[in-house]
Amino acid sequence: MSNVNLFTGSSGYVVTPELMDAVNVSIALKKPLLIKGEPGTGKTMLAQAIAESLDKPLIVWSIKSTTKAQDGLYLYDTVQRLYDSQFGEGDVSDIGQYIRLGKLGEAFTSEDQAVLLIDEIDKADLEFPNDLLWELDRMEFYINETKETITTKHRPIVIITSNAEKELPDAFLRRCIFHYIEFPDEEKMREIIRVHYGDLDGKLVENALEAFYQIREMSDLQKKPSTSELLDWIQALMVSGVSVDDLSEKMPFVGVLLKKNEDIEVMQEIKEKGYSLRRW
Amino acid sequence: MFLEFFYLLRAKGLNVTINEWMTLMEALDKGMAKASLTGFYRLCRSVLIKTEADFDKFDQVFMEYFGAIETPEDLPQEFWDWLAHGERERDLDDHGDQELFARELEELLRMFEERIQEQKEEHHGGNYWIGTGGTSTMGRGGYNPTGIRVGGKSRHKTALQVAGERNFKDFREDTILGIRQFQMAFRKLRQYSTRVDGVEKELDLDKTVDETCDNAGMLTLAYERPRKNTVKVLLLIDSEGSMLPYSRLCNRLFQAVSKSNHFKDLKIYYFHNAIYDQLYTTPHCKMRDSVETTWVFHKLDSEYKVIFVGDAAMAPSELHRPGGNAIIGVYNRETGIEWFNKFKKRFKKQIWLNPIEEKYWDNTYGSATIGEIRKVFPMFELSLTGLEAGLKKLMVR
Repeated sequence: MSNVNLFTGSSGYVVTPELMDAVNVSIALKKPLLIKGEPGTGKTMLAQAIAESLDKPLIVWSIKSTTKAQDGLYLYDTVQRLYDSQFGEGDVSDIGQYIRLGKLGEAFTSEDQAVLLIDEIDKADLEFPNDLLWELDRMEFYINETKETITTKHRPIVIITSNAEKELPDAFLRRCIFHYIEFPDEEKMREIIRVHYGDLDGKLVENALEAFYQIREMSDLQKKPSTSELLDWIQALMVSGVSVDDLSEKMPFVGVLLKKNEDIEVMQEIKEKGYSLRRW
Repeated sequence: MFLEFFYLLRAKGLNVTINEWMTLMEALDKGMAKASLTGFYRLCRSVLIKTEADFDKFDQVFMEYFGAIETPEDLPQEFWDWLAHGERERDLDDHGDQELFARELEELLRMFEERIQEQKEEHHGGNYWIGTGGTSTMGRGGYNPTGIRVGGKSRHKTALQVAGERNFKDFREDTILGIRQFQMAFRKLRQYSTRVDGVEKELDLDKTVDETCDNAGMLTLAYERPRKNTVKVLLLIDSEGSMLPYSRLCNRLFQAVSKSNHFKDLKIYYFHNAIYDQLYTTPHCKMRDSVETTWVFHKLDSEYKVIFVGDAAMAPSELHRPGGNAIIGVYNRETGIEWFNKFKKRFKKQIWLNPIEEKYWDNTYGSATIGEIRKVFPMFELSLTGLEAGLKKLMVR
């Protein structure tokens, strides 16, 4: 394996050996890497870390429920052309100037090899991934209006994230390398905290982690707190300087961890009685 | 190369294709397994398996094929006793002698077999026998990058049988039904119509083109009403007594339904075992939180899709005798089964979801009443497949 494009993690991002292998396999095989995992496990951050560590530009294509495959390739700005023809501005016969490349097009034509992040692909329509099969396979597309084919100068490194809101089509999955990011265990979490805040007061970290994993165990919560919420919470605890002796009992700033009122109530009920019927 | 492994994966229901297999071969050619079984395992998994739900199955197949590594179960009892005595663990940075070399798996396994034959007593801290805290290739709590761990906790994760740990058991789709899966299923309850009341606010392109042409090219905009889901749902949940073991499952179902905001209307009531004159607005089934069942009949039109959730297991008297109501102090003139038949008449579509597995319906506690209720409503098992079949039943005309 050549060492030219070898991802070894970055200073601000804790990466497991499994994930590192998956990234390097996908780079070496020139196949998109599909990343799944609970919210807050750093799926989106991964692309940033790769771009940073390999020193390549990062192009982010955030998918929304209304995004179409075509949006990523190019848009033909017909309205602008119509305006121009009405007001006699610009050269209307030159269609090329009304073609705007999308994020995929941008990544294809980038002067340096780019890292392309297709974020939350499952948000879009069910057929969306299928519409991109050819483009991701061949890394080229055709612009009807100008009869041009856009090909890649350097095949981008493609990272795709999914929250598993929708099942992705098999044909699409077959072309990807897949990795599932597990929720970090306590050991890993300690490392993540260290990366973010340096060495902290041991008691603060211990007690915060204990309280945090205790809450995550509660299966009746609608939205479990994730890594980013834990980091915010620890910061709140540090800044405020509250006593950290009985964190899991008093739960100061619980609103940072749990964003829903019902969840806070459920959490308190479980702490009191050991169970909750509230969600029924 | 390992072609049997490919067929074994497919035989176990993992949908691995030739293309993915060829990708794996390409990766192996490039030396991406890093000449270790752990590396090979990771590589296989990320190239061949595309959902965490299949990780556990994959782990098992991997174990089966590169098998015999999962030795602990077959180990003679004395070995376990020896290991249990004198537990000691090496420090993480203590690697023992540095002459590490990657042993061939087969050789390692052969040695393991031999050692089981040879070893007659307990050993700890050494480099040859099966013991604890040493650097031999087999035992536990020690360090050897290519060794076999015999029980105990995983400390370095370099032992060959990470797969044997089955870390992904919880993700198996056939055992766990998550809120999201329920939600996905409930999305199927859709029936779009533009005939619902509302403002015409969406641009109707076809009509706009037509009218503009009619108008000799002067732009004329035409609007239409947005399409909306017309499905209304009445969810009735059996909440007490024999349903307690299924509370977690039902809770997930409840959360999924209440989070689904695409229904035109959603009403949820609770009952205990069977339905009589009252329905309850809380799962505790107390009189003060009740509504008259007939009031519900009057208020909801027949288009509501009715979903019963319950184990349908109860004393036959609760279905067949006046006054059979299991809630103390509440008398019913009409029997439970009569009330159920009223539901069947009042609403066009209803299904019953039962958390008891279908294969037990004929021979479990309450099989008599399960049978009775199945005659009134189509009953489905509360699993992903059962739910999907049931929801389909609700949608077909």
